[in-house]
Amino acid sequence: MDQEKVIICKNLTKRFGDFTAVNEISFDITKGEIFGFLGANGAGKTTAMRILCGLSFPTSGEATVAGYDVYKQQEQIKKNIGYMSQKFSLYENLTILENIEFFGGVYGLERKEIKRRTEKLIDTLGLQKEAKKMVGELPLGWKQKLAFSVAIFHQPKIVFLDEPTGGVDPVTRRQFWDMIYEAAASGITIFVTTHYMDEAEYCNRISVMVDGKVEALDSPRNLKEKHQVTTMDEVFYLLARGAKRSDN
Amino acid sequence: METVTLQNIVKTYNNGSVKAVDDVSFTVKEGELFGLIGPDGAGKTSIFRILTTVLLADKGQASVAGFDVVKDYKEIRASVGYMPGKFSLYQDLTVLENLNFFATVFGTTIEENYELIKDIYDQIKPFNNRRAGKLSGGMKQKLALCCALIHKPKVLLLDEPTTGVDVVSRKEFWEMLKTLKRQGITILVSTPYMDEATLCERIALIQDGKIMTVDAPENIMKAYPTKLYAARSREIYRLLLDYRSDEAIESSYAFGEYLHITLHNKVHDGLSKLNEIAEKKGHVEIQVKEIKATIEDSFIRLMGEKEAKV
Repeated sequence: MDQEKVIICKNLTKRFGDFTAVNEISFDITKGEIFGFLGANGAGKTTAMRILCGLSFPTSGEATVAGYDVYKQQEQIKKNIGYMSQKFSLYENLTILENIEFFGGVYGLERKEIKRRTEKLIDTLGLQKEAKKMVGELPLGWKQKLAFSVAIFHQPKIVFLDEPTGGVDPVTRRQFWDMIYEAAASGITIFVTTHYMDEAEYCNRISVMVDGKVEALDSPRNLKEKHQVTTMDEVFYLLARGAKRSDN
Repeated sequence: METVTLQNIVKTYNNGSVKAVDDVSFTVKEGELFGLIGPDGAGKTSIFRILTTVLLADKGQASVAGFDVVKDYKEIRASVGYMPGKFSLYQDLTVLENLNFFATVFGTTIEENYELIKDIYDQIKPFNNRRAGKLSGGMKQKLALCCALIHKPKVLLLDEPTTGVDVVSRKEFWEMLKTLKRQGITILVSTPYMDEATLCERIALIQDGKIMTVDAPENIMKAYPTKLYAARSREIYRLLLDYRSDEAIESSYAFGEYLHITLHNKVHDGLSKLNEIAEKKGHVEIQVKEIKATIEDSFIRLMGEKEAKV
């Protein structure tokens, strides 16, 4: 694996008044890595992710994403990342083609390039017949696969996935993870949050946030060995059960 | 005695073009903790809405606590506690106001059935004056459960109470359900999380509006029809692809830190075969073992069988 660091985070902190949402978190993420970002509800995951996506300024500490500074180069960060969440990803009342064209345009791709990549994507996903259908008409599993493809359509260095697989059946969930593996193998760094602890096992490394701090950071195997348990579920429970905060 | 029954229930939407519930039958026994396990769009919520009398089925019969969902809808509403998947309390009323409201609607008071909700309510009591909309996910869930219990229902219908909630809160919630079960309440609960299936006494696995199987979780896992293997190596994704491309392999999919694999019948020594394939492809740190199926393995298998029939 290439050792290039695509996310560097050092003592990153975010305060809202006297509430410290993110408390001096530090980690490096390598190119092509699948990094699981876990934490209890309210641990500060979303706040940290917003900073790394260039949507919010930290209070103190340092971080670079794709080589760009989170204080000064938010716009460059946005251009070099992809984002997908279960809550929002595609416009339901645009067709598949329109969605792809829209997001391609937003990310500044040229028309010719959009056309070329769109054909390839529709082909890969086998959506030739559905291309002119509204996204809202697609089954959830297809929507998620399409949303992921659109999130990496501009070939970003990093893609942020915020609970991408909620609610789908176990087979579709695995097909989705096949796509994640494939993207990682092509050099895209994956930053993913999930509530499915078995999915946490698919990650190369995992961090677990509790009350604003990163309480653990290692490969799933090492984390389990360290806590002498057999599943990530137990690791998570041991780390997070003492949490004082919950979401709001 | 059966507390919840469904007989050949069919529900379609958009003039019959979308079949949400497709000839579903199952029963929940009195005092049972029964799980309806399946992904989004499987038909779980439609079933809950039919049982709570807020949706009419196209065909079939259903009853709750001995009452018919069509004829006796008023009795059902009085004997059922319902927690919809979407948080449905009044966001701009406080914790206490919500509880009082639901108690009043059901012609009771908080005090009357206090014993039933005490354990759960004690945890949110410090926030009595906080508006429901300002509570955390875990606390909203507890308040919703208290409101569903306030009239001492015979049956609790809980539609995906743990979706999107973290592992710690999920564990707490299931503990609460066990406590309620001990007090004799019949509970029908749905979840998309396969690992929660084993916390129920019996479960129905549902996909695309159809029940694939109904039984105790242990029996479903035991009924897995073939040998199942787990394997890993240093490069797990490459191993997945290598297994998939081998003709001896029937199925291979990621499962936690391992792959789960089934082989075609003609292969006798599965362990050796899997080791052999991995070695031939140059894998290192290979580990292969035979394992017992989980509910998720069973679900995947049943989905495959169902699709093969179509």
